[in-house]
Parts: sequence; structure tokens; C-alpha cells
Amino acid sequence: MNEWRKEIIQVVFVLVGIIFLIKLFFIQVLDSRYADLANSNAILRQVEYPFRGLIYDRNGKLIVYNTPEYDLQIISKETIGLDSVRFCEVFGLSKEMLRQKFKELRARKEYSPYKPTLFIDKLSNNDFAKIQDNLDEFAGFYIQARTTRAYSTAGLANALGYVSEISKGKLESDELKIYKQGDYIGQSGVELFYEEQLRGKSGVKRKLRNVKGIEKGSFSNGKYDTLSIPGQNLVTGIDLDLQQYAEFLLNGKAGSIVAIEPSTGEILSLVSGPSYDPNLLTGRLYGSNFKLISNDTLKPLFNRPLMAQYRPGSIFKVAQAMTALQEGVITPETRIRCDKTLIGCHEGHDNQDLRGAIANSCNPYFLGVLRKMLNKGISNSPYDDTRIGLAEWNKHINSFGFGSILGIDLPNEKGGLIPTPEYYDRAYSNRPWKFSNIYSIAIGEGENLVVPIQMANFAATVANRGFYYIPHLVKEIGKDAKPLPQYMERHYTTIDSSYFNIAVDAMQQVVESGTAQYRAKLADVIVCGKTGTVQNDPLPSHSVFIAFAPRDNPKIAISVYVEDAGQGARAAASIASLMIEKYLLGQTKRPHIEQYVLNGKFL
Amino acid sequence: MLYLALVTLGWINIFAAVYDETIKQTIWDLSINSGRQLLFMAACIVIIMGIIIVDMRFYEVFAYLIYGLVIALLVMVPIIGKEVGGNKSWIGIGSFGVQPSEFAKFATALAVAKYMGSVGFRMDNFKMQLVLFGLIGVPMLLILAQKDIGTLLVFTCFILVFFREGMSPFLLVVGICAAAIFILTLLIPNQLYLHGAIVIALIMLIAFGKKKIKRIAILTVGAVIIMGVIESVDYVITDVLKPHQQNRIKALINPDADPLGYGWNVTQSKIAIGSGRFYGKGFLKGTQTKFDFVPEQSTDFIFCTIGEEYGWLGSFATISLFVALLLRVIFIAERQKSRFARSYGYSVASIFFFHFAINIGMTIGLFPVIGIPLPFFSYGGSALWGFTILLFILLKLDAHRGEVLQRG
Repeated sequence: MNEWRKEIIQVVFVLVGIIFLIKLFFIQVLDSRYADLANSNAILRQVEYPFRGLIYDRNGKLIVYNTPEYDLQIISKETIGLDSVRFCEVFGLSKEMLRQKFKELRARKEYSPYKPTLFIDKLSNNDFAKIQDNLDEFAGFYIQARTTRAYSTAGLANALGYVSEISKGKLESDELKIYKQGDYIGQSGVELFYEEQLRGKSGVKRKLRNVKGIEKGSFSNGKYDTLSIPGQNLVTGIDLDLQQYAEFLLNGKAGSIVAIEPSTGEILSLVSGPSYDPNLLTGRLYGSNFKLISNDTLKPLFNRPLMAQYRPGSIFKVAQAMTALQEGVITPETRIRCDKTLIGCHEGHDNQDLRGAIANSCNPYFLGVLRKMLNKGISNSPYDDTRIGLAEWNKHINSFGFGSILGIDLPNEKGGLIPTPEYYDRAYSNRPWKFSNIYSIAIGEGENLVVPIQMANFAATVANRGFYYIPHLVKEIGKDAKPLPQYMERHYTTIDSSYFNIAVDAMQQVVESGTAQYRAKLADVIVCGKTGTVQNDPLPSHSVFIAFAPRDNPKIAISVYVEDAGQGARAAASIASLMIEKYLLGQTKRPHIEQYVLNGKFL
Repeated sequence: MLYLALVTLGWINIFAAVYDETIKQTIWDLSINSGRQLLFMAACIVIIMGIIIVDMRFYEVFAYLIYGLVIALLVMVPIIGKEVGGNKSWIGIGSFGVQPSEFAKFATALAVAKYMGSVGFRMDNFKMQLVLFGLIGVPMLLILAQKDIGTLLVFTCFILVFFREGMSPFLLVVGICAAAIFILTLLIPNQLYLHGAIVIALIMLIAFGKKKIKRIAILTVGAVIIMGVIESVDYVITDVLKPHQQNRIKALINPDADPLGYGWNVTQSKIAIGSGRFYGKGFLKGTQTKFDFVPEQSTDFIFCTIGEEYGWLGSFATISLFVALLLRVIFIAERQKSRFARSYGYSVASIFFFHFAINIGMTIGLFPVIGIPLPFFSYGGSALWGFTILLFILLKLDAHRGEVLQRG
């Protein structure tokens, strides 16, 4: 009896089994969500931040290193029953602050109650020592160790740059997915330019843990763990003693000092004044300090050696002289009268040859030289003739590294400006222009713009008698101990090296008997230099000096630019010669000059 | 054979569930559940021998006596029992505890079968139906006193036996409808919609059916009763059920509402099972079960270990084994010549089925969390013995089926 009922019961049994298998198929095979959740449950992913590469000076002195810093992370589902009063006490927070912290936490995009999320960042070693012993009282809080940057010198800030948490915009444009939120990244200077070499590679440790968050060893015996790879160390060409001396000299002044080793292009010192202490931009106070520094009216974040585009002034005459010689429009013996009708000049000279004109920085002489260069009579039209001459002139001047960025190993470099015919077409809105419209470029005024690193590079080029290496800070990267390939390549100018010898003679004369004889001459070393006094009406002129020494086999080439400090023979020449003295002889024997620079009354 | 396979698998899984890598335990270790389960299994052999040795008539003759004894034990539980996990259902014997409610299952099965197998029993006799419900009602009441809702619900599975033996399916249908309405009420927050739907259904039934006064009256009364039930659901949920039981029902309906609170068990259980994927993580490789993310994993949530470590294949094998066992039990039941043996066989099938369905159903989020073990898999001596006794009495009866005169 009731046979059909037996069937029904059997069908029900089988049906239930099938329903279970289908449901299981869904959650086990089709839906991978559960597997992910299981991993986040049982596998604690700990990032091991790599050590960022260290930065040394040329003598092996440590400039930038790492100090430990701690982030407090939270897994909020594990913090149930948190004693907030005690927490505030240990961490030195007010109740309000704690509430605020939790609010911030929940607002984070990556927030998940199951995953470690940043709660308090950048605890210093001191902070950490205080809370370390009490940390086990608070379930669900973990310490993530990492390192932050520290600087052994208070200077060099603009060259070194700084490191901070990666911004949202950068994170989104990071297509290779190298960075994650919370990672540190170089933001300027060497830290930015050599980010790839310095950053190293994060490692990941996967640890198993049970429901109470207690670690139970490594996942799959560490098969999937990766070790962090430290970043590469950098050796810079910076001479830390010289750098600090330069900062000491420029203290209280606005301007820049750039010193280069001519035979390699290595930057010996790079000073931007005013500056800031790079240690201000590390650790917990990064945010507030950054605001202070970036809002400062003296613009300490403005890296003058690379970014300040100045008119070069009379130092430009050296380039003019060599260009004219190369073009064959003058010889070293060519004399031009010091005719002050078009342009002013100093007293004390009248009818100079080329060397004398450089030594005394004769303005009318170089006006005449430029006229010879731009108006060679190739065309009958004075307009076309100037255009042809200017294009030729521009080519030579650019070959000294002026007019476009050199490509040094720092970001935000500016290229300056050496006018081309097209430039004047735009400036004159396509109305005709000729020599008489543009002659002030003859003496480094007018439209010319040059950044201090280009001036120093020019000094190095003269020192090398015709070629330069692109100036660079980093001379050795990691174990290869080589700079980037572009810094091992010589760049030749379009000028014959014999003409450079004439320029060297003239620059020696500048220091020995010319404009710089009172403050730049050294007893034991032959210094070659050139002064510049750049008009800056209505403010005092900028004081400029370029130099190299010794004359033969030069070891240092330098440019000094001091804003609003009057004649180049005063502030800039004094500083440059003190730098040369310090670098070549170890110390200065001219305390009166040093005192003169430190007093800062140049006018 | 099926029995052996299930018990052994169960034992290995208990080991996997409690295994802790930091202490190099072996599966034999008596300090952990797998070791103790082995002891229980050894005891099972003794029990099986006992069952086989005893004359088959014993079970039928003494059915009521056994029933009475177990009822007496159940009465004693609240008096001398000890409390475990909120339920007072244990009687302590030495260091081990025994759960009389586990044995109540086979005792009741015997009693029900005996009554149904008695001469002149008719399923459509209302008075006899009442007696039957009394037989299962008494242990249910006593277990209710122990607050063990899971085991209590197991006894409702006897309805399947009654159904097989000729009871009108009406009760089953009503039961399923009631459960459906109950769930619907919880799912649909505004009960007005539900009431509206019932009224519409009522009007349609009246409009399109035979328009007899009696039929209309019955339908109307039925509708009103259903609406009353709906209204009472809230009351039942909030006032009758205990908070943890309310939460289990809430967790079933929306497990994601509070994954750390009342949804924890089901959520974690699904995570563990789901993370096994197709092939599973391998023996002792399960992270979820091993690190205690799933609660009660060696007892009620033992299926998680299977799901996590052996994946869908393991689940498939396990479920297949169970379905095979159930069909085999029904096959055996159907070839019995006495109504007693057949009814008993169906009782066994029903009890296994209920445990199997509810237990696995709850681990994968199809049923509310009700604390009943998965037969032969879950850790626990009383349960294992109870299921073993259930099964082997049937086998004993089956072995002697030829000696019984056909009566029903």
C-alpha cells in the first residue's frame, strides 16, 4: 500500500541532496569571494618596507640616512571592548582626538574592519618606546615599522629634496602599480630624480593567525613571502665641508652658489639661499612644516641654482668674445674705443684689446663686437643681415649649454633664454627689428636669461677649454659605482679650443689686474674669473662672479649669484674666491674677506 | 560499509578540525576530540555486538519499556543534569557526559513503530493519531524543558513516517505553508502587502473555484487564520523565542546584516566552505577551521572542515554517501514484512534525513542555525551511539525479516 508515498520520500531525499550540491557548487566553485574572505580572515599580510638607499658625499660622509618610524594600524573588528580611557592615556590623546581618529579611519577609502588600516601614523622612536609595553593591552592594534629620512646636515635641502606619502594623483597615474597608498615617495631633488634607484622593493610576509589574531606561523612556510630589497646607495659629488662653508657664506643672502669639478661635471656644492632644514620635512610634523615653508615670502622651496632665471650680465662677455673669435670678426688684438654714447662704462680704460676689454669689462667694446657679429654685410638689408647674424650667434651661445636645460639630475630645472630671430619676431609682433633694437644682449643684459647652474657649467667649459660634462650630483649609483650614462659624455662647444686659451688669459687678467683684483686674487693659486653686475632697477644690482682654478688642470669651477648685492667684484667675487681657497687649500687665509662676506654690507 | 565509511571520515575530520600545528598532536591523542571519538567508536563496536546478540523480538517486545526508561532519564535531566552551552541536557558519568535526548530518538522510534505495528492500527483513526503524537510529544516536551530546540525539532520528522504509513499529506502541506508564511513575514517588512496578497488570493480562489457556501467559508476562515499567524509572528519572534534564537533566524534571512554579531556563525561557515573551491585545500590545510574562525567545528559545524579541506568534490562525496545511506535505509525498510520493522526503518531514515538536511543546510546558510549534529561526523559520544543504535537495530531486524509473519 501507499507505494507512491515511498517514491515521494525517496524523491525528497535525493532532491535535498541535489539542492545542497548545487548551493555548494555556487559558494565553492563559482563564487571566489569566499576564498578571498578566508584569506583576509586567516592571513595577515604584513608589508616589509625596504630601506631607502643612503646618500653619501664625495668623501664618504653620510648625508641622508634612515631612522625608524612606526605606524599604528588597526583591525577594527578585533578591537571590540576597547578601553578607550586607557587608550587615550597611553597614547596621549584626548577623547575628542580619539573620536576624530575613528572618524578619519572610517572615511578612508581602503577602510575595512577586517584589514589592517592606518590609525596613527609616523610615531617616532620616542613615541614608540612609550607605548610599546602597553600595546598588548589593546587587541586589534598593530605596529608597522618603517623608516623615514634623516639628514646629517641642515643644508643642501633643495638639492636633496624630501620624501613623503604618495599623493592620490600620483597613485592613480602609477600604471605599473609599484606604489600603494601610504607608501613614501621622493617629492623633489635627488629623492625624486633617483626615486627608482633609491626606493628598493617592498617585501610581503604572510602570516597565519587564528580567530583571536594570534600568529600561527607563516603561510605555506613562507613560500609566497618576498623579502624587501633595499634601495641603492648614492654617492654624490658634493663635498660636504665645502657645501656647509658655502651655506655659511650665503647665509642671510638671497642667491645661489654652484661649484663643479670641471673634469667630471660633478657638482661639488649647490646652495640656494634662503633655504630650510630638510629635517623639518620628515616625520609627524611634515604637514605643518611644509605649509610654513611653502608659504614663506622668501621662497625657501625655490631652488635658485636651477630655477632662478637671471640675466647673466658681464660674465656673458667671455662667451661673446669666443663666439666673435670663432666667427672671425675680431682677433685678440682688435681694439675698440670705449665710446660711452650708446652704453655706459667704468672709468680707467680707453682703447682696449680683447683681453683688456674682458679684464676691465668694457661695455662699448662688446657692443662693437656684437655689431660685427650680427651685421656682417651678408645682406643689404640691415634687418635681414641682423637676422642671419643672430641665428649664427645663437648657435654658438647655445653650444655653451645656455638657452635650454642642461639635463642635470634634479627635477624642475629651467632652461633660461638665448634669443633667436623667431623670438624677436614674436616680441616685435612681426614688425622689423635690427641690431640697434637688440644690442643690450651684447653685455649679457636684455633678453638673455641664464640659470646659475649654466653659469657654473660655462666656467667649467672654459676651464676644460671647450667641452663640458652635464653637471650632476650623483657620481656613483649602487654597486656599479657609475653615474647615469648621460653624465659620462663630453659635450663640445662650436668654438675652437685655441680661442678658449685667449678667454682663459683674459679671465686670469680679470682676477690679477682687472675688476676682481681686490677680492678674488689668491696668493698660491692662479684663479681665472669674470665679474658681472646685473641691472635690477630700481633695486640694487645683482652681484655675479664665475671662476675656475687653478688655471691649469682646474679642479673647481664656480658661479656665485647674490641678489641685490651690487657689483660682481664685491659679494660674488669674494664668495667665489673663498670657496676656491677652501676647496683647494682646505681653509681660508683671508679672514678679512670672509668677515666682509659675513657682514653682508656690499653696497 | 556505508556506516564504516561515514564514521571513519567523520573521525578524520574531527582531527582536522581540532588540529593545531603548534602542538604536534596525533590523531590518536586522547586529549583532543578525535582521540576521544575513537574511544566512542570502539564503544560502538560493543554496542553493535550487543544489538546483534540480543534476540530480535526483544526490540519489539520491550519497545515501550525502553521508551519508558529513556523518558524517565529525560525527566531526571533537569534535576541531576549539568549545563553545557546554555542547554541543560547532559547527565554526567565520570568525566564524560551523556545526552539522554540522543537516545530518546531511537527509543521513540521503537515506540512509534511498535504502536503502528500493533494489530488493528489504522492511520486514519483520529484517536490513534493522537496517541502517536503523544508518543513523540512527551519527549519533545521534556527536551523543551532542557531548552534544546534542535533535538526537539528532530522529533517532528516522525511526521514523514506517519505520512508513509497513510497519514493524509494535509498536515505536511500545512506545516510547509506555515513555515513559508513565517519566513515571508520576516522577509517582507510591511505586513500590509502580505495581508493584501492573501485577500487577493482568497478572492481569486472564490471567484474561479466552485461557488459552494461551505468552500467559501473554509477558505475565508483559512485566510483569516493565516493573517492571524502573520500578526503573531512578531510576537513569537520577540516574546517567545530567546534572543539567540531570534538572531539565528535573522541571520538566515540576512546574514550580512551583522557579520560580526549574530551572523558570525553562518558567515564564517560559508567562508570556510566556500574557500575550499573545487578541490579543497587538502587534509589539515584548512585555515578557517583550524584557526577557530568557525565555531563548534568539531560538532555542529563539522561539515565546514569537509568543505574547506576537500572542496566541492569532498562535499559531493559526503552528500552522496548520505543520500545513498538514506535510500539504502528506505530500501531495507520497504523489504520488511512487519509493519513494526518497516515503520522503524522509516523512523531511522527520517531522523537521519532531518539531521543531514538541517545540519548541512545551516552550514551553507539554507536553514537557521539549529544545534544538531551531522550523523557519524560530528564529535560526540551520545550522538554517535544513538545513531549507531538506531541503524543497527534496523539491520538486526532486517537480518531476521524472514522469521516474521507478514502482518501489515
